[in-house]
Amino acid sequence: MNLTKRLKLDRLAWVFMRVSGFFLVFLIFTHLIVNVMQDGGVHAIDFAFVAGKLADPMWQWFDVTLLWLAVLHGTNGMRTIVDDYVYRAKLKKVLLGGLYGSTALLLVLGTLVLFTLDPCPAGSPADLLPSFCSVS
Amino acid sequence: MSTTAERESKTKIAGTLYRGHEGMWSWVLHRITGIAIYFFLLVHVLDTATLRISPEVYNGVIGAYKTPIMGIGEAGLVAAIVFHAMNGLRVILVDSTSWGTKYQRHMFYVVLGLWTALMIAFVPRHLMNVFSGGH
Repeated sequence: MNLTKRLKLDRLAWVFMRVSGFFLVFLIFTHLIVNVMQDGGVHAIDFAFVAGKLADPMWQWFDVTLLWLAVLHGTNGMRTIVDDYVYRAKLKKVLLGGLYGSTALLLVLGTLVLFTLDPCPAGSPADLLPSFCSVS
Repeated sequence: MSTTAERESKTKIAGTLYRGHEGMWSWVLHRITGIAIYFFLLVHVLDTATLRISPEVYNGVIGAYKTPIMGIGEAGLVAAIVFHAMNGLRVILVDSTSWGTKYQRHMFYVVLGLWTALMIAFVPRHLMNVFSGGH
């Protein structure tokens, strides 16, 4: 990549960190309040709770926005750190390759799970499922 | 009138500590918390993906988080997230306002104050949930 192009991309990444960071503060605080500050806290998190939430398209879109912004923000942060501290070209290539590979995996896997999750999988015991599954 | 030795000691950069003031600590803590949060995010997306396998598998995986040691780890994770969030807003203000650079030190103490207040609101409640056993 030539220098002008690289500088343009870095400038774009700089803006992205500020914009995504601003929204992530609200997204993650909401995520924590809804999941960890609920009655019972972390102990109340199980399949029934999460699948029940994700049956609502509002939470699907909320979580997918959170996923993409958080993963891309984290990836760019780690890229900056590798750029700052890793001088050996070969090692840098390996680390950045691993980083971008993980990014792609997390985005694809996370998005698929959020949009293809069946809250009432057939054959599962009713007491493990959201309460709306047993209403027939 | 200061001697040459005195002048040198005032301008010398001590070791690898970049002057060691609020700005440096803000920067160092932002990096450390950012790296920690990234690795948690990696694990967190994967553990959430087990929802897609079966309710039994997901409940088993998430059950591994419901121990006192993980509970303390979660308090540490929230501490890192809250610092990164508050300090990130400080960075945005430093970069995008005309007064941000002048008050960056003051804002670092505001960050620490907000962090303390939010941790007081979160940690006791969280630890009570962790150590009361839930279900």
